Amino acid sequence: MRKIFTPLTVLVALMFVYAPVMIANAPYESTMGLVQKIFYFHVPAWWAMFTGVLICGIGSAMHLFRRAPAADRLAAAAGELTVLFGAIGLVTGPLWGRKAWGVWWQWDARLTMALLLELIFVGYLLVRKYGGPGSDKLGAAMAVFGMANVPFVYVSVNIWRTVHPKTSVVPTLGPGMFGAFWYSVLSFMLLFTLLLTIRFHLEQQRAELDRLYLAEEE
Amino acid sequence: MFLKVALLVLRKDFAIEVRSREILFTTLFFALSCVLVFSFAFVKEGEPLEDAASGILWIAIAFAGTLALGRTFERERYGETLRALLLAPAPRPAIYVGKLIGIVLLLVVAEALLVPLVALLFQATLFARPLLLSGLLLAGTIGFCAVGTLFAAMLVRARTRDVMLPILLYPITVPVIIAGVRGTSALLQATPDEAAATMWIALLVCFDVVFVTLALWTFEPLMTE
Repeated sequence: MRKIFTPLTVLVALMFVYAPVMIANAPYESTMGLVQKIFYFHVPAWWAMFTGVLICGIGSAMHLFRRAPAADRLAAAAGELTVLFGAIGLVTGPLWGRKAWGVWWQWDARLTMALLLELIFVGYLLVRKYGGPGSDKLGAAMAVFGMANVPFVYVSVNIWRTVHPKTSVVPTLGPGMFGAFWYSVLSFMLLFTLLLTIRFHLEQQRAELDRLYLAEEE
Repeated sequence: MFLKVALLVLRKDFAIEVRSREILFTTLFFALSCVLVFSFAFVKEGEPLEDAASGILWIAIAFAGTLALGRTFERERYGETLRALLLAPAPRPAIYVGKLIGIVLLLVVAEALLVPLVALLFQATLFARPLLLSGLLLAGTIGFCAVGTLFAAMLVRARTRDVMLPILLYPITVPVIIAGVRGTSALLQATPDEAAATMWIALLVCFDVVFVTLALWTFEPLMTE
């Protein structure tokens, strides 16, 4: 796994360096103009966050039902990235909202639920860190329950009236925007993969170190 | 067998509670003080803020519920009886169900006190549609307690349980609070919006089904040391 770190890091760095060029060259959206450009990193950040939620939830479920410590370490890594990318989404969203809606924050269904998901995973990290012995299982339960909350996120969007642009906005993108958008998504997903593998590797090393200490004491 | 064990656990908790009445009285008094504090904040010159009643009712339920959840498992921990309970040759999910029913009943008693109190202090027409309001309260309480009972049980062994319970519980149960508050507000309008209230009850029932099932699944692996 260590072999892919360097090439992946270089690739992600290059993609992020070129991304502003792609975004600058993409055509302006007719109604929103310049502010729409935030879309190229706001949406990919949410996608990365939801990938994190999914990986964290599945890894935690595996740890809970099958007692797989490696799955738990993967879940811990994904949980941290969920909070990180969620924070990016929560910071960029209001920046756009200020221009498009005229207010920083709107108690809109999707915003509310995104904030909740962020809170749930901050809770996950807190319980892992301060839960004391057995906190890995407490965290795992929190992540599984957090993942089960995601369908309620989507249902709520359909029930409540919302001012947030619909998810169906992606297929309707103009030809020039399409390329830049998917380029951004790919960059974010690669960054997510890179961070996830590094973090997972670190957790594995820590577990190995603990095992060695215990073996030494015996 | 399953139901019998659940009822036995419930009877055990009930018998202890009848002797001391500790959790019942403390929870009721706490709920009462909560509503009083809110009424000082939200009643201006004798006029309550519009729509405040439903929110205060549900916040009081959530706060009192958190307190009761913590106390029930604290008692098990203090008497070191949780291990004995888990060692009993009985299906573990049945223990969870027994605890859940007990806490739901306790909160229903608390609600029976809270609803008239809020109606009185905030001049709210809470009794206009008693059946729909009871449906909302019951479905909401079950959803809140389904998550709460599991989390309180698994936090028994954690050192930081007092602060961890609300931290974990509130974000997960916010859908319950939203549905409860919006549903109750719909009933408090000048002409009660029955369709909206029914829709929120349906959402709460979905939440209950999903989270009770999930809790039954995860209770066994979570309580295994």
